Amino acid sequence: MSYASHADLGGKRGCGAVVPEREGELFHEAWEPRALALTLAMGATGAWNLDMSRAARETLPDYAELIYYRIWLAALEKLLRERGLVLPDEIAAGHSLRSAPPIERVLAAADVARTLATGTPTQRPATASARFSVGQRVRMRDGPFPHHTRLPSYAWRKRGSIERLHGMHVFADAHARGDGEQPQWLYTVSFDGVELWADASARGVTISIDAWEPYLEPA
Amino acid sequence: MDLRVRALETVLAEKGYVDPAALDALVDTYQTKVGPRNGAKVVARAWTDPAFREWLLGDATAAIGSLGFSGRQGEHMVAVENTPSRHHLVVCTLCSCYPWPVLGLPPTWYKSAPYRSRVVRDPRGVLAEFGVTLPEGTEIRVLDSTAEIRYLVIPQRPAGSQGLGEEALAALVTRDSMIGAGLALAPTAAR
Repeated sequence: MSYASHADLGGKRGCGAVVPEREGELFHEAWEPRALALTLAMGATGAWNLDMSRAARETLPDYAELIYYRIWLAALEKLLRERGLVLPDEIAAGHSLRSAPPIERVLAAADVARTLATGTPTQRPATASARFSVGQRVRMRDGPFPHHTRLPSYAWRKRGSIERLHGMHVFADAHARGDGEQPQWLYTVSFDGVELWADASARGVTISIDAWEPYLEPA
Repeated sequence: MDLRVRALETVLAEKGYVDPAALDALVDTYQTKVGPRNGAKVVARAWTDPAFREWLLGDATAAIGSLGFSGRQGEHMVAVENTPSRHHLVVCTLCSCYPWPVLGLPPTWYKSAPYRSRVVRDPRGVLAEFGVTLPEGTEIRVLDSTAEIRYLVIPQRPAGSQGLGEEALAALVTRDSMIGAGLALAPTAAR
Protein backbone atom coordinates (compact mmCIF):
# COMPACT_ATOMS: atom_id res chain seq x y z
CA MET A 1 0.00 0.00 0.00
CA SER A 2 1.41 3.38 -0.87
CA TYR A 3 0.83 6.56 1.05
CA ALA A 4 2.22 9.86 -0.17
CA SER A 5 2.29 13.02 1.93
CA HIS A 6 2.83 16.23 0.00
CA ALA A 7 3.15 18.27 3.21
CA ASP A 8 6.52 17.05 4.54
CA LEU A 9 8.41 20.18 3.52
CA GLY A 10 11.28 20.50 6.01
CA GLY A 11 14.56 21.00 4.12
CA LYS A 12 12.99 20.99 0.67
CA ARG A 13 14.73 23.32 -1.79
CA GLY A 14 13.33 25.73 -4.35
CA CYS A 15 10.30 26.97 -2.44
CA GLY A 16 11.23 30.65 -2.74
CA ALA A 17 11.43 33.52 -0.30
CA VAL A 18 9.30 34.10 2.79
CA VAL A 19 6.73 36.89 2.40
CA PRO A 20 6.16 38.57 5.79
CA GLU A 21 2.64 39.71 6.61
CA ARG A 22 1.46 42.38 9.00
CA GLU A 23 -0.30 41.42 12.20
CA GLY A 24 -4.08 41.40 11.94
CA GLU A 25 -4.14 40.40 8.26
CA LEU A 26 -6.13 37.23 8.88
CA PHE A 27 -8.04 36.52 5.69
CA HIS A 28 -7.51 37.44 2.06
CA GLU A 29 -10.79 36.32 0.49
CA ALA A 30 -14.35 36.62 1.75
CA TRP A 31 -14.87 32.83 1.73
CA GLU A 32 -11.82 32.06 3.89
CA PRO A 33 -13.40 32.75 7.30
CA ARG A 34 -16.40 30.57 6.35
CA ALA A 35 -14.07 27.76 5.23
CA LEU A 36 -12.26 28.03 8.56
CA ALA A 37 -15.52 27.96 10.51
CA LEU A 38 -16.95 25.03 8.54
CA THR A 39 -13.76 23.06 9.14
CA LEU A 40 -13.83 23.77 12.89
CA ALA A 41 -17.57 23.12 13.22
CA MET A 42 -17.39 19.81 11.35
CA GLY A 43 -14.27 18.86 13.34
CA ALA A 44 -16.35 19.33 16.50
CA THR A 45 -18.99 16.84 15.34
CA GLY A 46 -16.68 13.89 15.96
CA ALA A 47 -17.20 12.55 12.42
CA TRP A 48 -13.39 12.38 12.22
CA ASN A 49 -10.43 13.39 14.37
CA LEU A 50 -7.70 15.99 13.85
CA ASP A 51 -5.16 13.39 12.72
CA MET A 52 -7.58 12.16 10.05
CA SER A 53 -7.95 15.80 8.92
CA ARG A 54 -4.19 16.19 8.62
CA ALA A 55 -3.97 12.95 6.65
CA ALA A 56 -6.76 14.13 4.33
CA ARG A 57 -4.93 17.42 3.72
CA GLU A 58 -1.43 16.11 3.19
CA THR A 59 -2.55 13.50 0.65
CA LEU A 60 -4.30 16.00 -1.64
CA PRO A 61 -2.56 15.51 -5.01
CA ASP A 62 -2.55 19.27 -5.70
CA TYR A 63 -1.41 20.23 -2.16
CA ALA A 64 1.58 22.23 -3.44
CA GLU A 65 -0.58 24.39 -5.72
CA LEU A 66 -3.24 25.32 -3.18
CA ILE A 67 -3.29 28.16 -0.67
CA TYR A 68 -3.92 27.00 2.84
CA TYR A 69 -7.68 27.54 3.15
CA ARG A 70 -8.14 25.82 -0.22
CA ILE A 71 -6.28 22.86 1.28
CA TRP A 72 -8.61 22.89 4.28
CA LEU A 73 -11.69 23.14 2.09
CA ALA A 74 -10.61 20.36 -0.29
CA ALA A 75 -9.82 18.10 2.69
CA LEU A 76 -13.17 18.93 4.29
CA GLU A 77 -15.02 17.96 1.10
CA LYS A 78 -12.95 14.77 0.88
CA LEU A 79 -13.72 13.77 4.50
CA LEU A 80 -17.44 14.45 3.97
CA ARG A 81 -17.44 12.49 0.71
CA GLU A 82 -15.55 9.49 2.14
CA ARG A 83 -18.06 9.21 4.98
CA GLY A 84 -21.07 9.66 2.72
CA LEU A 85 -22.12 12.78 4.63
CA VAL A 86 -22.08 15.15 1.65
CA LEU A 87 -21.57 14.03 -1.95
CA PRO A 88 -20.21 16.16 -4.79
CA ASP A 89 -23.58 16.45 -6.57
CA GLU A 90 -24.98 18.15 -3.46
CA ILE A 91 -22.23 20.77 -3.42
CA ALA A 92 -22.85 21.34 -7.15
CA ALA A 93 -26.59 21.69 -6.53
CA GLY A 94 -26.11 23.87 -3.46
CA HIS A 95 -28.69 21.77 -1.59
CA SER A 96 -28.96 18.55 0.33
CA LEU A 97 -30.18 15.85 -2.07
CA ARG A 98 -30.45 12.89 0.28
CA SER A 99 -31.20 12.11 3.88
CA ALA A 100 -28.46 12.90 6.37
CA PRO A 101 -26.59 10.04 8.04
CA PRO A 102 -26.49 10.70 11.79
CA ILE A 103 -23.46 12.33 13.41
CA GLU A 104 -22.42 12.32 17.07
CA ARG A 105 -23.05 15.98 17.89
CA VAL A 106 -23.57 19.41 16.40
CA LEU A 107 -21.70 22.46 17.66
CA ALA A 108 -24.26 24.99 18.92
CA ALA A 109 -23.49 28.71 18.95
CA ALA A 110 -23.88 28.80 22.71
CA ASP A 111 -21.17 26.13 23.10
CA VAL A 112 -18.52 27.67 20.85
CA ALA A 113 -16.63 29.59 23.53
CA ARG A 114 -16.54 26.65 25.93
CA THR A 115 -15.63 24.15 23.22
CA LEU A 116 -12.70 26.27 22.02
CA ALA A 117 -11.51 27.02 25.56
CA THR A 118 -11.48 23.30 26.36
CA GLY A 119 -9.90 22.10 23.13
CA THR A 120 -9.00 18.46 22.66
CA PRO A 121 -6.17 17.54 25.03
CA THR A 122 -4.12 14.59 23.79
CA GLN A 123 -2.26 13.68 26.99
CA ARG A 124 -3.39 10.44 28.63
CA PRO A 125 -2.57 8.89 32.00
CA ALA A 126 0.78 7.10 31.90
CA THR A 127 0.17 3.35 31.66
CA ALA A 128 3.80 2.42 30.98
CA SER A 129 7.18 3.78 32.00
CA ALA A 130 9.14 5.84 29.51
CA ARG A 131 11.79 3.89 27.62
CA PHE A 132 14.11 6.90 27.26
CA SER A 133 15.33 9.61 29.64
CA VAL A 134 16.57 13.18 29.24
CA GLY A 135 20.04 13.34 27.71
CA GLN A 136 19.89 9.86 26.21
CA ARG A 137 21.09 9.45 22.61
CA VAL A 138 18.52 8.05 20.21
CA ARG A 139 18.23 7.30 16.52
CA MET A 140 15.07 8.00 14.57
CA ARG A 141 13.42 5.25 12.55
CA ASP A 142 13.79 5.11 8.82
CA GLY A 143 10.94 5.80 6.44
CA PRO A 144 8.99 5.89 4.27
CA PHE A 145 5.87 4.89 6.17
CA PRO A 146 2.78 3.47 4.43
CA HIS A 147 0.48 5.72 6.52
CA HIS A 148 0.15 9.20 8.07
CA THR A 149 3.06 9.95 10.38
CA ARG A 150 4.45 12.96 12.23
CA LEU A 151 8.07 11.94 11.82
CA PRO A 152 9.43 14.37 9.23
CA SER A 153 11.62 12.79 6.55
CA TYR A 154 14.56 15.09 7.33
CA ALA A 155 14.90 13.27 10.67
CA TRP A 156 14.80 9.70 9.33
CA ARG A 157 17.81 7.66 10.61
CA LYS A 158 19.25 10.77 12.31
CA ARG A 159 20.81 10.74 15.77
CA GLY A 160 19.64 13.15 18.42
CA SER A 161 19.22 13.57 22.17
CA ILE A 162 16.16 13.38 24.37
CA GLU A 163 15.50 16.89 25.60
CA ARG A 164 12.13 16.67 27.31
CA LEU A 165 9.42 14.17 28.22
CA HIS A 166 5.80 15.21 27.72
CA GLY A 167 3.94 12.22 29.15
CA MET A 168 1.87 9.80 27.09
CA HIS A 169 -0.12 11.24 24.20
CA VAL A 170 -2.58 9.98 21.60
CA PHE A 171 -0.42 8.43 18.87
CA ALA A 172 -1.10 10.31 15.64
CA ASP A 173 -0.07 7.47 13.33
CA ALA A 174 -2.67 5.09 14.82
CA HIS A 175 -5.32 7.77 15.40
CA ALA A 176 -5.23 8.92 11.78
CA ARG A 177 -5.88 5.35 10.60
CA GLY A 178 -8.89 4.95 12.87
CA ASP A 179 -7.04 2.43 15.03
CA GLY A 180 -7.83 4.19 18.31
CA GLU A 181 -5.67 6.40 20.48
CA GLN A 182 -2.88 3.93 21.39
CA PRO A 183 -1.15 6.51 23.66
CA GLN A 184 2.65 6.52 23.53
CA TRP A 185 5.35 8.46 25.35
CA LEU A 186 6.09 11.74 23.63
CA TYR A 187 9.57 13.30 23.68
CA THR A 188 11.26 16.40 22.38
CA VAL A 189 14.33 15.16 20.51
CA SER A 190 17.00 17.66 19.49
CA PHE A 191 19.49 17.35 16.65
CA ASP A 192 22.66 19.21 15.88
CA GLY A 193 22.15 21.09 12.60
CA VAL A 194 25.17 19.39 11.02
CA GLU A 195 23.69 15.95 11.79
CA LEU A 196 20.72 16.87 9.63
CA TRP A 197 22.25 19.01 6.90
CA ALA A 198 25.59 19.28 5.16
CA ASP A 199 24.97 23.02 4.66
CA ALA A 200 27.26 25.50 6.38
CA SER A 201 24.12 27.40 7.42
CA ALA A 202 23.30 24.58 9.83
CA ARG A 203 26.28 25.30 12.09
CA GLY A 204 25.33 26.66 15.50
CA VAL A 205 21.76 25.52 14.91
CA THR A 206 19.82 22.96 16.94
CA ILE A 207 16.59 21.58 15.50
CA SER A 208 14.07 19.75 17.65
CA ILE A 209 11.02 17.67 16.85
CA ASP A 210 8.36 16.15 19.08
CA ALA A 211 8.45 12.40 18.58
CA TRP A 212 6.43 9.49 19.92
CA GLU A 213 8.35 6.54 21.36
CA PRO A 214 7.73 4.21 18.38
CA TYR A 215 9.75 6.66 16.25
CA LEU A 216 12.84 6.11 18.41
CA GLU A 217 15.45 3.48 19.00
CA PRO A 218 18.56 3.64 21.19
CA ALA A 219 21.53 5.13 19.31
CA MET B 1 -14.75 29.89 -4.37
CA ASP B 2 -17.29 32.11 -2.63
CA LEU B 3 -20.14 30.23 -4.31
CA ARG B 4 -18.64 26.83 -3.57
CA VAL B 5 -18.15 27.59 0.13
CA ARG B 6 -21.64 29.05 0.37
CA ALA B 7 -23.06 25.93 -1.32
CA LEU B 8 -21.22 23.66 1.10
CA GLU B 9 -22.45 25.69 4.07
CA THR B 10 -26.04 25.47 2.81
CA VAL B 11 -25.82 21.71 2.36
CA LEU B 12 -24.28 21.20 5.82
CA ALA B 13 -26.89 23.46 7.44
CA GLU B 14 -29.78 21.72 5.63
CA LYS B 15 -28.50 18.37 6.87
CA GLY B 16 -28.32 19.75 10.39
CA TYR B 17 -24.56 19.21 10.70
CA VAL B 18 -23.67 22.86 11.30
CA ASP B 19 -25.43 25.72 13.03
CA PRO B 20 -24.83 28.93 11.01
CA ALA B 21 -24.86 30.95 14.25
CA ALA B 22 -22.03 28.77 15.54
CA LEU B 23 -20.07 29.53 12.36
CA ASP B 24 -20.51 33.26 13.03
CA ALA B 25 -19.31 32.77 16.60
CA LEU B 26 -16.24 30.82 15.44
CA VAL B 27 -15.24 33.53 12.97
CA ASP B 28 -15.90 36.28 15.50
CA THR B 29 -13.73 34.52 18.08
CA TYR B 30 -10.63 34.59 15.89
CA GLN B 31 -11.37 37.98 14.35
CA THR B 32 -12.01 39.88 17.56
CA LYS B 33 -11.17 37.85 20.68
CA VAL B 34 -8.32 35.40 20.28
CA GLY B 35 -5.13 36.78 18.75
CA PRO B 36 -1.53 37.75 19.43
CA ARG B 37 -2.51 40.41 21.98
CA ASN B 38 -3.23 37.48 24.31
CA GLY B 39 0.32 36.23 23.97
CA ALA B 40 1.67 39.75 24.39
CA LYS B 41 -0.03 39.92 27.80
CA VAL B 42 1.62 36.64 28.78
CA VAL B 43 5.04 37.93 27.73
CA ALA B 44 4.61 41.30 29.46
CA ARG B 45 3.65 39.49 32.66
CA ALA B 46 6.71 37.25 32.37
CA TRP B 47 8.94 40.31 31.88
CA THR B 48 7.63 42.02 35.02
CA ASP B 49 6.83 39.16 37.40
CA PRO B 50 9.72 36.74 38.10
CA ALA B 51 7.44 34.22 39.81
CA PHE B 52 5.13 34.16 36.78
CA ARG B 53 8.14 33.77 34.48
CA GLU B 54 9.28 30.71 36.45
CA TRP B 55 5.79 29.25 36.33
CA LEU B 56 5.53 29.92 32.60
CA LEU B 57 8.85 28.19 31.90
CA GLY B 58 7.93 25.26 34.17
CA ASP B 59 4.23 24.74 33.34
CA ALA B 60 3.21 27.00 30.48
CA THR B 61 -0.27 25.52 30.06
CA ALA B 62 -1.21 26.37 33.65
CA ALA B 63 0.52 29.77 33.72
CA ILE B 64 -1.12 30.85 30.45
CA GLY B 65 -4.43 29.41 31.62
CA SER B 66 -4.27 31.60 34.72
CA LEU B 67 -4.59 34.63 32.41
CA GLY B 68 -7.68 33.12 30.80
CA PHE B 69 -6.10 31.71 27.62
CA SER B 70 -6.59 28.01 26.97
CA GLY B 71 -7.95 25.38 24.66
CA ARG B 72 -7.91 24.54 21.00
CA GLN B 73 -4.39 24.25 19.61
CA GLY B 74 -2.94 25.29 22.95
CA GLU B 75 -3.91 22.29 25.06
CA HIS B 76 -0.26 21.49 25.84
CA MET B 77 1.91 24.59 25.92
CA VAL B 78 5.66 24.99 26.35
CA ALA B 79 7.25 28.44 26.67
CA VAL B 80 10.86 29.03 25.64
CA GLU B 81 12.87 32.12 26.42
CA ASN B 82 15.12 34.02 24.04
CA THR B 83 18.32 35.34 25.60
CA PRO B 84 21.41 37.15 24.29
CA SER B 85 23.04 33.76 23.65
CA ARG B 86 20.09 31.66 22.49
CA HIS B 87 17.31 32.39 19.99
CA HIS B 88 14.27 30.12 19.52
CA LEU B 89 12.22 29.95 16.34
CA VAL B 90 9.02 27.90 15.92
CA VAL B 91 7.75 26.11 12.82
CA CYS B 92 5.47 23.28 11.79
CA THR B 93 7.14 21.70 8.77
CA LEU B 94 4.33 19.12 8.37
CA CYS B 95 1.29 21.41 8.42
CA SER B 96 0.44 24.61 10.30
CA CYS B 97 0.47 23.79 14.03
CA TYR B 98 0.43 27.05 15.95
CA PRO B 99 -0.54 28.14 19.49
CA TRP B 100 -4.01 29.56 18.78
CA PRO B 101 -5.07 30.62 22.31
CA VAL B 102 -2.08 32.98 22.60
CA LEU B 103 -1.38 33.92 18.96
CA GLY B 104 -4.69 33.38 17.14
CA LEU B 105 -4.64 32.14 13.55
CA PRO B 106 -1.24 31.67 11.90
CA PRO B 107 -0.09 34.18 9.28
CA THR B 108 0.03 32.99 5.68
CA TRP B 109 3.83 32.75 5.60
CA TYR B 110 3.81 30.40 8.60
CA LYS B 111 1.60 27.97 6.66
CA SER B 112 3.47 28.32 3.36
CA ALA B 113 6.24 26.28 1.76
CA PRO B 114 9.09 28.85 1.85
CA TYR B 115 9.10 29.20 5.65
CA ARG B 116 8.29 25.56 6.40
CA SER B 117 10.97 24.21 4.07
CA ARG B 118 13.82 26.57 4.85
CA VAL B 119 13.66 27.51 8.50
CA VAL B 120 14.93 24.10 9.67
CA ARG B 121 17.85 24.30 7.26
CA ASP B 122 18.81 27.97 7.06
CA PRO B 123 17.19 29.83 9.97
CA ARG B 124 19.60 32.77 9.70
CA GLY B 125 18.68 33.24 6.05
CA VAL B 126 14.98 33.16 6.91
CA LEU B 127 15.47 35.60 9.80
CA ALA B 128 17.23 37.97 7.40
CA GLU B 129 14.05 38.02 5.29
CA PHE B 130 12.24 39.29 8.38
CA GLY B 131 14.95 41.93 8.84
CA VAL B 132 16.47 40.16 11.84
CA THR B 133 20.22 39.68 12.16
CA LEU B 134 21.42 38.03 15.34
CA PRO B 135 24.90 38.54 16.79
CA GLU B 136 27.51 36.07 15.54
CA GLY B 137 27.70 33.12 17.92
CA THR B 138 24.04 33.21 18.98
CA GLU B 139 22.82 29.64 19.22
CA ILE B 140 19.65 29.15 17.19
CA ARG B 141 17.12 26.55 18.22
CA VAL B 142 14.39 25.72 15.73
CA LEU B 143 11.38 23.98 17.28
CA ASP B 144 9.39 21.88 14.80
CA SER B 145 5.85 21.39 16.20
CA THR B 146 5.40 17.81 15.01
CA ALA B 147 3.00 16.65 17.75
CA GLU B 148 0.40 18.40 19.95
CA ILE B 149 2.85 20.49 21.98
CA ARG B 150 2.53 24.18 21.07
CA TYR B 151 5.34 26.65 21.65
CA LEU B 152 5.34 30.29 22.76
CA VAL B 153 8.59 32.22 22.43
CA ILE B 154 9.28 34.81 25.12
CA PRO B 155 11.28 37.44 23.25
CA GLN B 156 14.07 39.37 24.93
CA ARG B 157 12.83 42.42 26.77
CA PRO B 158 14.05 45.41 24.74
CA ALA B 159 16.57 47.89 26.06
CA GLY B 160 15.08 51.14 27.30
CA SER B 161 11.87 49.51 28.50
CA GLN B 162 12.62 49.85 32.23
CA GLY B 163 9.85 51.48 34.15
CA LEU B 164 7.15 50.68 31.60
CA GLY B 165 3.98 49.06 32.91
CA GLU B 166 2.59 45.76 31.68
CA GLU B 167 0.27 47.34 29.16
CA ALA B 168 2.99 49.48 27.60
CA LEU B 169 5.31 46.47 27.51
CA ALA B 170 2.67 44.30 25.84
CA ALA B 171 2.50 46.87 23.02
CA LEU B 172 6.18 46.11 22.29
CA VAL B 173 5.51 42.39 21.85
CA THR B 174 4.82 41.57 18.21
CA ARG B 175 3.29 38.38 16.89
CA ASP B 176 6.47 37.59 14.97
CA SER B 177 8.58 38.00 18.12
CA MET B 178 6.49 35.29 19.83
CA ILE B 179 7.19 32.91 16.93
CA GLY B 180 10.87 33.88 17.02
CA ALA B 181 10.73 35.38 13.53
CA GLY B 182 11.10 38.86 14.95
CA LEU B 183 12.29 40.79 17.99
CA ALA B 184 10.25 42.83 20.44
CA LEU B 185 10.01 46.48 19.43
CA ALA B 186 12.19 49.16 20.98
CA PRO B 187 10.05 51.52 23.09
CA THR B 188 10.36 54.38 20.58
CA ALA B 189 9.40 52.20 17.60
CA ALA B 190 6.12 51.13 19.20
CA ARG B 191 4.59 54.63 19.00
